[in-house]
Amino acid sequence: MADRSPATRRSLAVLLAAVFAFLYIPIVTLVALSFNDGGLPTAWTGFSVKWYGTLLANRDILSAALNTLIVAVISTAIAAVLGTLLALGIETRRRRGRALEALVFAPMIIPDIVLAIALLSFFSLLKFPMGLHTIILSHVVFNLAFVSAVVRARLKSFDWSVTEASADLGAPAFTTFRRVTLPLILPAVIAGALLAFTLSVDEFIIAFFTAGAGRASTTLPMQIFAMIRFGVTPEINALATLVMIVSVTALTLSQRLNKGVIAP
Amino acid sequence: MAPALLWLTALMLVPCGLILALGFFRRGLYGGIEYAFTLENFALIVDPLYAGIFLTSARIAGTATLIAVIVGYAAAYAIAAAPRHRQPTLLFLAVLPFWSNYLIRTYAWIVLLNREGLITQGLRLMGYEGEPPSMLYTEGAVITGLVYNYLPFVVLACYAPLARLNPELAEASRDLGASAFTTFRRVILPMTLPGIAAGAVFVFVLSIGNFITPALLGGGRFQMMGNLIYAQFLTANDWPFGAAISMVLIAIMMGLLTLQAIAAERGAGERREGANG
Repeated sequence: MADRSPATRRSLAVLLAAVFAFLYIPIVTLVALSFNDGGLPTAWTGFSVKWYGTLLANRDILSAALNTLIVAVISTAIAAVLGTLLALGIETRRRRGRALEALVFAPMIIPDIVLAIALLSFFSLLKFPMGLHTIILSHVVFNLAFVSAVVRARLKSFDWSVTEASADLGAPAFTTFRRVTLPLILPAVIAGALLAFTLSVDEFIIAFFTAGAGRASTTLPMQIFAMIRFGVTPEINALATLVMIVSVTALTLSQRLNKGVIAP
Repeated sequence: MAPALLWLTALMLVPCGLILALGFFRRGLYGGIEYAFTLENFALIVDPLYAGIFLTSARIAGTATLIAVIVGYAAAYAIAAAPRHRQPTLLFLAVLPFWSNYLIRTYAWIVLLNREGLITQGLRLMGYEGEPPSMLYTEGAVITGLVYNYLPFVVLACYAPLARLNPELAEASRDLGASAFTTFRRVILPMTLPGIAAGAVFVFVLSIGNFITPALLGGGRFQMMGNLIYAQFLTANDWPFGAAISMVLIAIMMGLLTLQAIAAERGAGERREGANG
């Protein structure tokens, strides 16, 4: 951009600092409070990890965490395979219709609440019993869209002549895929899977609507939502901090593996 | 690609088609669905009671969109103006919160805004002794929450066209005697409008269809279209009406996205003409 005066530069820096303060102060506050011994936001009574200890003693939270892990791992694994195949399928086609693009793009932009009630209506009209498995089926829908978007972006700069070379040298199609294509796109596949894993761990609305009745298939976000309704407690602060750590770690790893997953 | 397309068809297209159909059925006597064609559900949407809720949610979403676009554009501009080697990190940090847990980010504002929350504490430290100000469960709290959650998205959408902008264009404008403000208004703003429009459409649609932020920060006092849909399915048990509201939400989204695409196309056309002429 054009050269700017020092005054302009300074005001832009101040502006940016203010925006970052707005974005991060709430999160930092939450994390800090989770280590406050007294547990109240009114006074700092010393550093303590005791609220993390109480989480480990809470069976509801532990079982919700286990449910979340099951849903996230299985839906991510399915989405990684299906999403990668989808990306390869689309990118190797010569002609791509608008309908196909729209279908693949839709799960990323459709409001969660609409997909959630659509799936709830679908499962209940089919009299399909709901539980963890229906959450998994539903999470794959948006997870596979995100994986395929990340892998497709990688394939845009893919040099297809290497696969042709492999075929010319007599490798069967599957060998070419396994030994040439896959190793080259693997960072994008893993990055996409990490993004999908985070989205699944954090997803609340669709899980809430497709979990069915009863407490057995409560996920962590559902548990957090229920706890928040009772107000601010040090346990939620600790739990929120742990969930944030998982998200931020997975997202940072994802961005490292494949630039452009989270931000260009 | 067949398995993925099959998955999307079975668990997205068909369920959404079902919702589309459901909107035209009648609510059963005991909350079920009576399979008789009706337009009642859509008539109910323009009923003053519900129309009022839609207008309120459009106002809240509109305000949040306006603030998010102004702040987000300014932040994107500042990032694009930063030294080139710092830009990726700054952008990553600006967008990171967007991909993390929505519930937790909203909860963080309860911690800040509640009566004995951090903002009250801060005011006390500065010598304030009155009643704690009521900040939570207000329209302002809902708008703040929406802006907070969707701001990173606007930054991302506006950064791309700003970073692509050819600096020589702005320089040429300045050389020809235009002021900095005129250069911004006549050169930079038009060229980055598609990014702003894309960001605005998503903030507006996600805000108007929201139900978590109004429930947590509005204390149930402010209903958005999302809360209304939620209620039809989980408490009022009027699925056909809930389905009709969802259709309206999708229609708003499609309409705005189409407008955005037309505007982007027209902008691109004008730029091409400008380049040739």
